[in-house]
Amino acid sequence: MILQRFLIRLITMAITLLGVSVVVFVIIRVAPGDPIAMMLPPGATDADIARLRALYGLDRSIVEQYFIWLSGVVQGNFGTSISLRQDVMSLVLSRLPATLELSIFALLIALIIGGPLAIVGAREQGTAVEAGIDVANGAALSIPDFLWGLALILLFGVLWPVFHISGRVSPRMDLPFVTQFYLFESIFRLRFDLTRDLIGHMFMPALALALPLAAIISQLLKISLKEVMTLDYVTLARVKGFSETKVILREALKNAALPTLTLIGVQFTFLIGGTVIIERLFSYEGLGNMAIDAVINRDLPLIQGIVLVFALIFVLINLAVDMMYALLNPRLRHG
Amino acid sequence: MSACLDISNLSATLPSGQRVLRSVSLTVQPGEVRALVGESGAGKSMIGKAVLGVLPPSVRIVEGAIRLEGTDLGALSAKERRRLIGAKAALIPQDPLTALNPSRRVGPQMTDRLVHILGWAADKADRRVRQLLDEVHIREPDRVMKAYPHELSGGMRQRVLIAAAFASEPRLIVADEPTTALDVTVQKQILRLIAQLQQEHGTAILFVTHDLGVVAKVSQKVTVLYAGKVVEEADTPALFANPQHAYTRALMAATPKYTDPQASLKPVDESVLAGLAAEIAVADHDWRPHG
Ligand SMILES: Nc1ncnc2c1ncn2[C@@H]1O[C@H](COP(=O)(O)OP(=O)(O)O)[C@@H](O)[C@H]1O
Ligand SMILES: [Mg+2]
Repeated sequence: MILQRFLIRLITMAITLLGVSVVVFVIIRVAPGDPIAMMLPPGATDADIARLRALYGLDRSIVEQYFIWLSGVVQGNFGTSISLRQDVMSLVLSRLPATLELSIFALLIALIIGGPLAIVGAREQGTAVEAGIDVANGAALSIPDFLWGLALILLFGVLWPVFHISGRVSPRMDLPFVTQFYLFESIFRLRFDLTRDLIGHMFMPALALALPLAAIISQLLKISLKEVMTLDYVTLARVKGFSETKVILREALKNAALPTLTLIGVQFTFLIGGTVIIERLFSYEGLGNMAIDAVINRDLPLIQGIVLVFALIFVLINLAVDMMYALLNPRLRHG
Repeated sequence: MSACLDISNLSATLPSGQRVLRSVSLTVQPGEVRALVGESGAGKSMIGKAVLGVLPPSVRIVEGAIRLEGTDLGALSAKERRRLIGAKAALIPQDPLTALNPSRRVGPQMTDRLVHILGWAADKADRRVRQLLDEVHIREPDRVMKAYPHELSGGMRQRVLIAAAFASEPRLIVADEPTTALDVTVQKQILRLIAQLQQEHGTAILFVTHDLGVVAKVSQKVTVLYAGKVVEEADTPALFANPQHAYTRALMAATPKYTDPQASLKPVDESVLAGLAAEIAVADHDWRPHG
């Protein structure tokens, strides 16, 4: 039963990824712009262009190109970047950790801001405190992440420069890292000077990504909490003598978190999508920033690789959410 | 000796200003079962919630007092009130399906008051709960305490809730229609169980019900409520032998056989309702909140 559900899940995931790859493959090929023309100087002959087209397989039909690409992917070969002339997979892997660290850091910030606000709002329901939280949520939600990014650059980069506004790490820093997960590794190696520098760079882009999500978490979790707090077992806990805060944390939070959790999964994929522009804005060397370069250069194999990796991450996030949902809900856990 | 529960002249209003409780007075003496009977919407649960300090935020107490073993709840801070109620009172809720947290195991839900509010050692609380589970005839305490609520039947869950209510040796239990949500066959068992534990532990109970058959079975005293107003109050045998108020008589007449706990109330005669409406209009007209 569980195995069957898991298999169905895997097949759905594979179909989703295939679908994404087909759509992207077609779109970037019918969109205007020729990658070969862009990589050659203006005086290139038709023969040169034709030779390079053949080299990258662009002289074949789209269907043929797709199956050649797909058979490579199945063997772990994502092709060669046209603009950077390197293996797509190693390019993607070199940038992915930076984006993952940024996204997870942003998610943490969103949870740290949104969760407590929801709890306070539910505790103080009907008061001015709750109204204030609602207003703040509304403001955070109505401003998109890249505008938050600009505002933060102005505020904490220009007017009151306490954070770095560009890059991932200060250039003068000596980096002992063997992986691309700088932040994790700096903590692991107890190099907290590096941790500080990395967070100094990451904080503002992460905050820009986090604010709209924090508002969503705060709002939805508060609504769920208020709903759960009318249920009989919460009343019973109050009668037992537990304080309102205890009642929320012990009785209401876990059950109220279920609907919020699903939404966080969806919203987290949006947040990762947001890294594309935010990384550009803060010159943060992640996958999103690379994606924009790839699109500007019409670097078809690189775009395909990056999009597929993003799609894979989204699918995995959904899977993780479902698994956590089952874990938190004993009714599902026990069949 | 002060009453276990003494409600005097209690009025509560909705934000609209409309009264949901109309100068209610009732007492429950130590070890006594008082039935609070009335139709759905009469305000029975509201009284129970007021006693236990869990009124919905929209409902405001505008006059009167609730004394628990002589202590005026209204004179306490919110925290003191919570502690006092946690130590002295308990609730047997109406619907056992929603009164247990679905994501917590049953055992900790039974012991948490003993450990965290009353400060008992964990093993003492555990022994106590097992003893109570035995008293409600649950023969597999280990399985039940490890189970999640959805793994137990409705009747089992109500036994668990009854055991949990008695476990802390409260002076007063509010039982809010504790059998209404259960199967017919289970209802009788649960009723008998509550009566038995009540006698063994000598706990006072405010027993909320809409069912005169239940009143006759479990209570020594009875208060009849209509639209948040006490219309009659008597010893239970006296009430059945000689009902004073027309509404009480109508309720009895409308109950096919009041010893049958399954019988539901039939509509009360219209002339009686008109009389009641007039009584309430007069009461509301003369009423001025004192506080
Ligand atoms: N949360 C609430 N807010 C406002 N009014 C309520 C609320 N709960 C119940 N009421 C109203 O208070 C009255 C008494 O309800 P209740 O005490 O639940 O009745 P009973 O338990 O006797 O069936 C009803 O008229 C009901 O509509
Ligand atoms: Mg009720």
